[in-house]
Amino acid sequence: MSISKKQKRKKFEDTIGAIYSIAIYTILYIPVVVMMIFSFNNQRYNYYWNGFTTQWYSKLFTNSAVIGSLWYSIVIAVLATVISVAIGTIGALGLKKYEFRGKKFINNMLYIPIIVPEIVMAVALLIIFMKIGLALGMGTILIGHCTFCIPYAVVTIKGRISGDGYSLEEASMDLGANRIQTFLNVTLPSIMPGVMSAAFLSFTLSIDDVVMSNMLAGAKNSTLPVLILSMNKSGVTPDVNALTTIMILVIVLAMILNNLIKYALKKRNKAEATI
Amino acid sequence: MNNKNILKRKMTLPALAMAGPVSLWMILFVTLPMLYIIYISFMSRGVFGDVVYEFSLESYETLLDATYFKVIVKSIKAALITTGLCLLIGYPFAYYIAKKPKEVASRLIMLIMIPFWTNSLMRLNSWLLLFQTSGPVNKVLLSTGFIDTPMSFVYTDGLVLVGMITTMLPFAVLPMYSSIEKLSNSLLEASADLGASRRTTFFNITLPLTFPGIFSSIILVFIPSLGIYTVTDMLGGGKVLYIGNIIKNQFGAIRNWPLGAALSVLLIVITGLLIFIYTRFANIEDMEVV
Repeated sequence: MSISKKQKRKKFEDTIGAIYSIAIYTILYIPVVVMMIFSFNNQRYNYYWNGFTTQWYSKLFTNSAVIGSLWYSIVIAVLATVISVAIGTIGALGLKKYEFRGKKFINNMLYIPIIVPEIVMAVALLIIFMKIGLALGMGTILIGHCTFCIPYAVVTIKGRISGDGYSLEEASMDLGANRIQTFLNVTLPSIMPGVMSAAFLSFTLSIDDVVMSNMLAGAKNSTLPVLILSMNKSGVTPDVNALTTIMILVIVLAMILNNLIKYALKKRNKAEATI
Repeated sequence: MNNKNILKRKMTLPALAMAGPVSLWMILFVTLPMLYIIYISFMSRGVFGDVVYEFSLESYETLLDATYFKVIVKSIKAALITTGLCLLIGYPFAYYIAKKPKEVASRLIMLIMIPFWTNSLMRLNSWLLLFQTSGPVNKVLLSTGFIDTPMSFVYTDGLVLVGMITTMLPFAVLPMYSSIEKLSNSLLEASADLGASRRTTFFNITLPLTFPGIFSSIILVFIPSLGIYTVTDMLGGGKVLYIGNIIKNQFGAIRNWPLGAALSVLLIVITGLLIFIYTRFANIEDMEVV
């Protein structure tokens, strides 16, 4: 095959690939765009397009049910993140560094909440809580969320621990630092990127969770996703669309900001290095 | 006391302090509940929906009843179709991204993740809004004259499938992407130099070498699809029921815990079986779960 023919073919394939990918991205983004459009719908329950309005954005903060469930979700997500990252970080270090009986068993257990369908984990926890007479509520939801966040945190952080960290730890202790100082000043900074991504993952998993929150909730409060699920019979109200639109915009903005800061820092470091 | 024992004792406390909490959490909130749900599945249901603690296979026999058996078969079928379509749609997509320069590829992957930070139920609700009887899709079809009366998409298996695929697609794409990305170009070039056609190269080199990624995708799509109830709740309007819905209902209004537990055990067994097959030829720690 001649070179030009080969190039032509490659160009043709690239075009097909680009068109195909754009089609898939379109399908992935359609629900998000539709969700945003319907936040401007002039209708009590979103059913069909009934004219443009911005009233849901202004009324949003007076709708106590929606805002209340958002706060409930955020509080649970923050607590679940803190607990999961704390247990996950020292757990990942411990599981990587030490040998003990039953370690393989624990390692296998960690994969159960990740792989087994969430509804199974949720009902299994539910019947245990009922058995020991634990009242359903924020505490039980929190345990449920941590049960799937901890394994993700351990797996994420374990991937960031490198073997040569141990010699640094030993050096630190030889120089007179105690275990806790060594952990805070040597170990933790070296695995910080893993800890941060574990935190991000835990937070997003917790705040978007429906199944655990639905099965383990008490009668009083519900998280935002559970509230949305309960609305599906009557139609989701447009103020939830407005709230979700604000949330996704905040997340995307935060990400852009984060990347800009990273980029600026990288540039500054490079500039300093050349000096 | 010899040196080894001193060392051992010195290491026990930090090991306990570090691996202890995670181990305790896993035993209390994973091992025990799992064992307990298996135990409950062999009990029977009392008249008032309570659990009667006597050994019985009643729940498992109920699973074979026509009504439940149909749901199980239907769920498995839906999960298989979802998995198959996610792989077929996702593989070329993953391939296209993996062949891009690294910088571009990571941006493109980011672009896949962003929609998934929008609440999943709200995204499902959007499909409902689009396909309502009075929704945009029907309006377009009516105005172009394709149909005379609005079609009813909502609460059908078809719309549930759309929801399943759009929910699951990233979980199929990401593992396949990372296995295609690891594939070295020199292998493909060598194959071409030795005279293999592109088709032969694909089926003999690309596909076998990216198979671990494909199998990860199968597990990460098939198993959640089997237990999912949010898609059917949002888009099936209670008319389309999968195993997940049935399990949920047993612990809600219907109150038949042993039956719900037996269905859960069925899902655990299917999961275990797939993982067992997976570990035959790949390491579970390579499964790209995050």
